Amino acid sequence: MKGFAAIIRRELKLALRQGSDAAVALMFYVVVVALFPLGVGPEPGILERISGGVVWIGALLAAMLSLDRLFQSDYEDGSLDLLVMAPWPLELMVLAKCLAHWLVTGLPIMLISPLLGLLLHMDTGAYMALLAAMALGTPILSLIGAVGAALVLGARRAGVLVSLLVLPLTVPVLIFGVAAVEAAAIGQDPQPHLLLLGALLLAALPLCPWAAAAALRQATA
Amino acid sequence: MHWFANPARFMRIAEKALPWIAVAAVISTGAGLYQGLLVSPADYQQGETVRIMYVHVPSAWMAMFCYTMLAVASASFLIWKHPLADVAAQAAAPIGAAFTAMALVTGALWGQPMWGTWWVWDARLTSVLILFFLYLGYMALVNAFDEPERGARAGAILALVGVVNVPIIKFSVDWWNTLHQPASLTRLDAPAIDPAMLTPLLLMALGFQLYFFVVLIIRMRTLLAARRIRALHMMEPGD
Repeated sequence: MKGFAAIIRRELKLALRQGSDAAVALMFYVVVVALFPLGVGPEPGILERISGGVVWIGALLAAMLSLDRLFQSDYEDGSLDLLVMAPWPLELMVLAKCLAHWLVTGLPIMLISPLLGLLLHMDTGAYMALLAAMALGTPILSLIGAVGAALVLGARRAGVLVSLLVLPLTVPVLIFGVAAVEAAAIGQDPQPHLLLLGALLLAALPLCPWAAAAALRQATA
Repeated sequence: MHWFANPARFMRIAEKALPWIAVAAVISTGAGLYQGLLVSPADYQQGETVRIMYVHVPSAWMAMFCYTMLAVASASFLIWKHPLADVAAQAAAPIGAAFTAMALVTGALWGQPMWGTWWVWDARLTSVLILFFLYLGYMALVNAFDEPERGARAGAILALVGVVNVPIIKFSVDWWNTLHQPASLTRLDAPAIDPAMLTPLLLMALGFQLYFFVVLIIRMRTLLAARRIRALHMMEPGD
């Protein structure tokens, strides 16, 4: 447990002192979403209709962009070898890394998403559903992303490859996340979709650190 | 299993079996095509387009079978370090991707006259498309490392992660009420398909399965030869 807290402290400290990395992912998110009104035209009817999907796709892409922060620098400077050799479960270390990654990228993405929804004329009834869906969905993105980020360590063109591996696996998050927002926007109950997202999160919590730890072991072997 | 773990012994046996499997594949696919295209009746609703099913359904089955085989081979490579398992997995991946592509394309060709559209975002179609991306991701990851050994291990883990998609494909037609029809064969009561159509379908499925083994053996032979060439290169002095 002490190691768990230490990893989170270290990751947050690194993110704060480097500063720009987390902000870049967030800026990317805002820019991607801002491109949609320019691309499909500014009519409020169309934007309102697609707002849930646009906000979610932007979040997905921004999360992909920040994945190389998870293990890449530790892999390059050798601290990953020490973390793998540390006398406590590697799965816990991965979980701590995912939590720190979510605090640095997932949480800001979640907090800014209602603002972007506002820019896209999202229905006011949908904001709570959007926040709830993002709160359940963005940790899943960090967890699945950790598996991809661990697999591509040392690969050629790792940045592009990780998106190719991870994006197909995040499709359920996208489907149920958008479904929750759209249900709320037309006045239906978003709860079934949120429950499914919660189920996905509960499945990802034990399984993804396990797979990512296996990938880290073979990357440092 | 471990008796076959010797690559040389496995290839000797596979070489002997190869012509027999190849002949059986040709006979079975030929009989299936004859039955499917000439003997079996046209459907009372779908007309002649029902014959696309004799290619579409076996390719979809093979797409799932190849991924299951890929995952089982990857697991035995990671757990028991079986020396042929990673070769089998890497050899199966492009074949599986080809079967998946064929299932998607024939499905689109059938969907245009029947559903009036080439593509719908139905649960079955979407999950098969994801299966196709998983195959592509696996192949890209395996080839992305300078050390082939690293690529094999990373790919094996990815193949096991992607296994969650296989039951989703199988049960997607039951869980979501969408356009793609539910299973007609694997039901508790009798198959909901006439024997005149079932015969060509099963013949084609057998032919596809045998064809898969033919291509698998040829590809495994190629991969093993490539591995030996690499080993010989490394042994060469002053290189």
